Amino acid sequence: MGVDFIYPEFEVIRNESRCIACRVCERQCANEVHFFSPERGIMMSDETKCVDCQRCVSLCPTRALKIIRSDCALRENANWPDSTIKEIYRQASSGGVLLSSMGTPKAYPVYWDKIVINASQVTNPSIDPLREPMETRVTLGKKPDKIRRGEDGRIVYELPPQISLSMPILFSAMSYGSLSYNAHASLARAAEELGILYNTGEGGLHEDFYCYGPNTIVQVASGRFGVHMDYLKAGSAIEIKIGQGAKPGIGGHLPGTKIVGDISRTRMIPEGTDAISPAPHHDIYSIEDLRQLVFSLKEAINYSKPIIVKVAAVHNIAAIASGIARSGADIIAIDGIRGGTGAAPTRIRDNVGIPIELALAAVDQRLREEGIRNNVSLVIGGSVRSSTDVVKAIALGADACYIATSALLALGCHLCRTCHTGKCNWGIATQNPELVKRLNPDIGSKRLVNLMTAWRHEIMELMGGMGINSIEALRGNRLMLRGVGLTEKELEILGISHAGE
Amino acid sequence: MKKEGQIRIPSGCAIAAVISKDGKKMSGDLITQAMKPMHVRSNGLGGGFAGYGIYPEYKDFYALHMFFDDRSSRISCEAFLKEYFEIVHCERIPTRKMPQITDEPIVWRYFIAPLKSMLANLQLDEKELVSRIVMKINKEQNGTYVFSSGKNMGTFKAVGYPEDVGVFYKLEEYEGYSWTGHGRYPTNTPGWWGGAHPFTLLDYSVVHNGEISSYDANRRFIEMFGYKCTLQTDTEVITYIMDYLVRVQGLTLTEAANVVAAPFWSTIEGNPDYASRRQFTYLRTVFPSLLVTGPFSIVLGYTGGLMVLNDRLKLRSMVIAEKDDRVFIASEEAAIRTMEPNAGKLRAPKGGEPVIIQVKEGAY
Ligand code: SF4
Ligand code: SF4
Repeated sequence: MGVDFIYPEFEVIRNESRCIACRVCERQCANEVHFFSPERGIMMSDETKCVDCQRCVSLCPTRALKIIRSDCALRENANWPDSTIKEIYRQASSGGVLLSSMGTPKAYPVYWDKIVINASQVTNPSIDPLREPMETRVTLGKKPDKIRRGEDGRIVYELPPQISLSMPILFSAMSYGSLSYNAHASLARAAEELGILYNTGEGGLHEDFYCYGPNTIVQVASGRFGVHMDYLKAGSAIEIKIGQGAKPGIGGHLPGTKIVGDISRTRMIPEGTDAISPAPHHDIYSIEDLRQLVFSLKEAINYSKPIIVKVAAVHNIAAIASGIARSGADIIAIDGIRGGTGAAPTRIRDNVGIPIELALAAVDQRLREEGIRNNVSLVIGGSVRSSTDVVKAIALGADACYIATSALLALGCHLCRTCHTGKCNWGIATQNPELVKRLNPDIGSKRLVNLMTAWRHEIMELMGGMGINSIEALRGNRLMLRGVGLTEKELEILGISHAGE
Repeated sequence: MKKEGQIRIPSGCAIAAVISKDGKKMSGDLITQAMKPMHVRSNGLGGGFAGYGIYPEYKDFYALHMFFDDRSSRISCEAFLKEYFEIVHCERIPTRKMPQITDEPIVWRYFIAPLKSMLANLQLDEKELVSRIVMKINKEQNGTYVFSSGKNMGTFKAVGYPEDVGVFYKLEEYEGYSWTGHGRYPTNTPGWWGGAHPFTLLDYSVVHNGEISSYDANRRFIEMFGYKCTLQTDTEVITYIMDYLVRVQGLTLTEAANVVAAPFWSTIEGNPDYASRRQFTYLRTVFPSLLVTGPFSIVLGYTGGLMVLNDRLKLRSMVIAEKDDRVFIASEEAAIRTMEPNAGKLRAPKGGEPVIIQVKEGAY
């Protein structure tokens, strides 16, 4: 109270004439906003705790509820926005680092929205995906430089390990622990049904999910939680996580409150301890160390699966990627500044890193200039929100896209950005069994399959419009893109022309 | 207006070709005539021909056909050539003055042999040196353009209708065992001679009808291997792809065709033959960026043969017919009938199915 008091960000508006006091909202809100007042015989709310997750709104049977942004505001000040002032109050009170979840809400330019896609007219026919084959299959992994022939003159079919995807999308790393069991089950099942891959994140792999191995990427992060021989062998690729777009330069952080039961077992750490991954891998202080880790992992799995190295998009990303491409990695994953997270220091999330579009364009171009683009596949993430973002990413040069926030939205996430509290009312980013139950993996996986199927259809439509019938012919095909409202410099980095050119 | 090479210009086209499987020589007049009935498929903004076996007296030397904007470009280019090659013979390519063809650049040919000392020095084989130098001249020397660089073959091209271009270059005076011809229908063009087809590198020549939608994906990939697409045309990138796959990677023509016009995954999976399934899968996995999509029909000329290929959906016309030792290929049957009214076995190859016509061993 007093100086620390911050007026609630949201207001709960209850239409009294509609409310039947069924108390559904009370049961649904893990933040304990709603309660019944026996004296007054009506439902009341403590708005200070509301995070605007829309759970109560979605479930209120009489549509009596709505949540609106509070208009109680400090005096307007362009230099001192409301949020900045309140953050200072919070820090003055707590002495702590500000924490947040999901991708940055700051208005960084979204280059996807400033790029438009081509279509055929007259000189070249468009292709109708309903009537003609339209291929979205991609194969990730290092390609050989030289075809070899045996004594008999036949081609020797040697190939470094590859992974094949039915469409150029993978579910990005989200650990079991930061996500619920049911969320993981949904992702794994959907990946299997779709013929794509999901990623364990840094929390190990629950024993129930080993059966999804062929559709799993197992991650090895700096904390090495849950890493053991069977785990490494379980998936169809191993990802070394160096960094993440939402928090470049620092490690993961899962609060002890989420380390319970199965999670502590899967991560192989005691219950209730915070799982804090170190900022760097303490065995990687340089690029040659990375090479050693890549090859130790390859040795461990007998060179049978590709190794992915995931980094956050930072200033020098092109040179970094070029180093990784020469380190034995088969796939490079790059995560942009707008990427999501289960928990990150706010200042880092909002200020460190670069947009993925620029990083992707710069990396693809650099790898080509150095003639090593074929050494690696390129997977990008950090806010891929729709099928058109995917198409633009592929045309800029990506082999495939990682999606995470979009997948969570499909599961019901309402982007309230409070995953780190562990009270996700949608059963996604929580370990509270009562909440976890709310996400039914049968429905969750179905919704993910629906979303991806819809995107795949849209991708095929767009490809057909361009007269392209294989996604491979779209990769790096920057002539299919034009910028709108971009500066010379931005166009130069993206390697595209302006619309009208 | 930007010149071809600074921007990409889509175009439609007419193609014809003829080859003698016995290696018998045919006058270039035959192919010139073949272009006439397809007049409407061109718009007068580019025509050209390639003939194989036309320089028997210089067959061991690379024949460079070049355009120069002016005398000084020629003089300085000659000096540059002499650093790498011995010039065995050089001359102006004979042409006719005619009202249909105007604004001609200086057109010369050089018969050259790489200097042995240079090859040893650069640790390159002959072909690699020639292709690098051609690429270098075309990229760096303004006002100079090499448009043909193979042995015992040559390309002749200009801005104009193809049937006029054939007359302009006096093709009736050349004798070859195989000929390809091309008429162009660019949607807009600054009318630059280098932009006409065929496009060549070493002894590969490509005539092409279509507009490929995979262009930039193909270009950005192939440029990793030292090729430079100075013209931004489909034909150029297809020529480099074929050179890379066949000469550099050592694929057979059929294998290369299976990369460029790869069968659909569903077709591969439905193929009952295990060995071909493996081969198709392997080639698609290794060279995904060399898949060419969008409409195209091409005739690839090389020493001793021709390869005909359509895109995998067969979005452009292309027919083949035969008579005795001769095989005829064209966008339209009418062109074939002009060359040989009695040609038979007329057929249209399927999309993605390469047809290779090889001259008998020892006959070329
Ligand atoms: S936190 Fe969510 S469930 Fe609770 S009141 Fe706010 S919107 Fe409703
Ligand atoms: S996962 Fe849950 S807590 Fe996190 S943003 Fe979405 S709804 Fe909110």
